Amino acid sequence: MLEKGATAPDFELNATPDQKIKLKDFKGKNVVLAFYPADWSPVCSDQMALYNEMLKYFNKYDAQIFGVSVDSVWCHLAFEENRKLHFPLLADFEPKGAVSKAYGVYDEELGESKRALFVIDKEGKIAWSYLSPIAVNPGADGILDALEELNKK
Amino acid sequence: MSTLKPEVNNQDHIQGDDSASVTIVEFGDYQCPYCGNAYPIMKEIEETFGHQIKFIFRHFPLANAHEFAFPAAIAAEAAGLQGKFWEMHDALYENQYRLSGELFDELAETIGLDLEQFQQDSTSEEIKSKIEDDFDSGVRSGVNGTPSFYVNGTKFDGGATDLYQMLKESAE
Repeated sequence: MLEKGATAPDFELNATPDQKIKLKDFKGKNVVLAFYPADWSPVCSDQMALYNEMLKYFNKYDAQIFGVSVDSVWCHLAFEENRKLHFPLLADFEPKGAVSKAYGVYDEELGESKRALFVIDKEGKIAWSYLSPIAVNPGADGILDALEELNKK
Repeated sequence: MSTLKPEVNNQDHIQGDDSASVTIVEFGDYQCPYCGNAYPIMKEIEETFGHQIKFIFRHFPLANAHEFAFPAAIAAEAAGLQGKFWEMHDALYENQYRLSGELFDELAETIGLDLEQFQQDSTSEEIKSKIEDDFDSGVRSGVNGTPSFYVNGTKFDGGATDLYQMLKESAE
């Protein structure tokens, strides 16, 4: 897993069937990457549902959040619509898990992304990373602490 | 280990004895089915352990996922202004299966609130920011879903049933 200080590997992933997100386009903004195993976990304990309620916090810290899993764009679209998510979910779908692997957070056995968080600073360096046990939603306090730290600089 | 931030204070709704040795804080959402399931278990915990327990409820509405979560939290706070937070809290969970925009006035009447005052308070900015403060406290304390429990200031890794079990074992 990539740690603090490493350069965040660039990627280009689909957020919708016809929209690609390139990490390097977000230079000058803080970026939060939340890798997670799969769409559709129960809503009350769902990590994406939590982040969805926190968009104004991320705004405040000039940060853009992306969820990343190996689910396809169509699955992401249905999930976003069902949960009324207002931030992009990226499909690490083809080649499967390539970006998760680049960040060192791919579970070969399950064929899914691990549950991992990265906060990337405005220059594209990893400022904080965290690997959570697969069954445990890591919440958001760690992300906010990291963003707060960046804000102080 | 995640800890409760800020600690229990005079902005909180507190049930039970001041001198209780166990302080339980729940972050909950009135529309969350898991919180609905936890509600009778919390009641049982309060009954079983009586004076040993102090119970605090903070709002953690997942407003995008649950359309009535935020309005329900407002109803509870507005009832609180008339000294009936817990009556509304109980009524909301007991009627969770039929939660709707029309339910709040009905419950307000059932628990004996001044309806006009209740409706007026429901639009207050202060109440809205109290709920947002609760949510903020949850986020800072590491709440990762609802319900989340804190026992004596430390995040409890489990649901209401696990909490009951833990208290029972430590009482033995």
